[in-house]
Amino acid sequence: MDPLHQFQINPIVQLIIAGFDVSFSNSALFMVVAALLVYGLLVHGMKARALVPGRLQSLAEMFYEFVAGMVRENAGADAKPYFPFVFTLFMFILFGNMLGMIPYTFTFTSHIIVTFTLALTVFVFVTVLALMKHGLHFFSFFMPHGAPIALAPILIPIEVISYLMRPVSLSIRLFANMMAGHTMLKVFAGFTVLMISGLGALGLFVGLIPIAINVALTGFEFLVAFLQAYVFSILTCLYIRDALELH
Amino acid sequence: MTDRKPPPSLDELEARLRKAREGQEERSRPSRYAGIPQGPLGVAWRIGVELVAAMIVGVGGGWLIDRWLGTAPWGLVVMFFLGSAAGILNVYRAISGLGFAPGYRRTDKEDPERPNGDGH
Repeated sequence: MDPLHQFQINPIVQLIIAGFDVSFSNSALFMVVAALLVYGLLVHGMKARALVPGRLQSLAEMFYEFVAGMVRENAGADAKPYFPFVFTLFMFILFGNMLGMIPYTFTFTSHIIVTFTLALTVFVFVTVLALMKHGLHFFSFFMPHGAPIALAPILIPIEVISYLMRPVSLSIRLFANMMAGHTMLKVFAGFTVLMISGLGALGLFVGLIPIAINVALTGFEFLVAFLQAYVFSILTCLYIRDALELH
Repeated sequence: MTDRKPPPSLDELEARLRKAREGQEERSRPSRYAGIPQGPLGVAWRIGVELVAAMIVGVGGGWLIDRWLGTAPWGLVVMFFLGSAAGILNVYRAISGLGFAPGYRRTDKEDPERPNGDGH
């Protein structure tokens, strides 16, 4: 009954290339499933191209409109070319989180290496974008506007650190939320088993309390699963806006 | 359904489309505060994550600098303090609504959602 057992990576296909373990794991399997589901929803859903959308088409359109609105409102009208990037990120993370809510599945967003790679992609993308848009002027970003020059030796390292913190805080937020939620569900479910084995017939009744809490927590976890995908893409939008406007 | 209205002319449609687009442009002015959860739990998460991330980058970076340049323990010591400062600075910014960006310039003076008290 180890509540952390659910996060274990198990190789499905053992594969070692040039000394590196590149096995196809359960984590990778669910990433593929998430990507295929997103692809299936969008391609299959939009196949009809009906003026009055059916169920799948209206779901696909809702996602599209939602992310398009988010990019427009948070990254500005100039950020339209970067919509596909944000949309892909949002859908992948959302489906990863939501797949994890199905019992017996693996939540790949609960691993920091996955979320950190995603955040690093955003970080590199945004930095390259800012460098391309503004050239060397980009480095003025690290000197707070209007601060005395004498403070530069202290302020610039602090600003550089707080810039480098972005991918770290972005990835910790997503991974910690997912991991904490799933561990909590498992711990509460474990209480019921403990009570039944420890208290006997009385435990059958007392054990209903953690189950009731778990029902509420499951609902809360659905909210978190959506909210974290949303926060991740919103922050991406804000970073893109910073890169475009550079203030 | 015999007395259906005649379909609008193309010019009419064009005018309507333009109007709708203008409305969209109007709404597309980005706002700093849109979307980020502002509830107590959201704020708490943000502060915690900012501080932890600052320590990871500061101490981790200091340790790496020491390993690279062999300056132990000074890289770690200096970077620890700089990291703490960056973490606290970011929490201050997050809470006071200056957003996530480095730099102190407020870009959202015209933001109607957060009047600055300067005649808004």
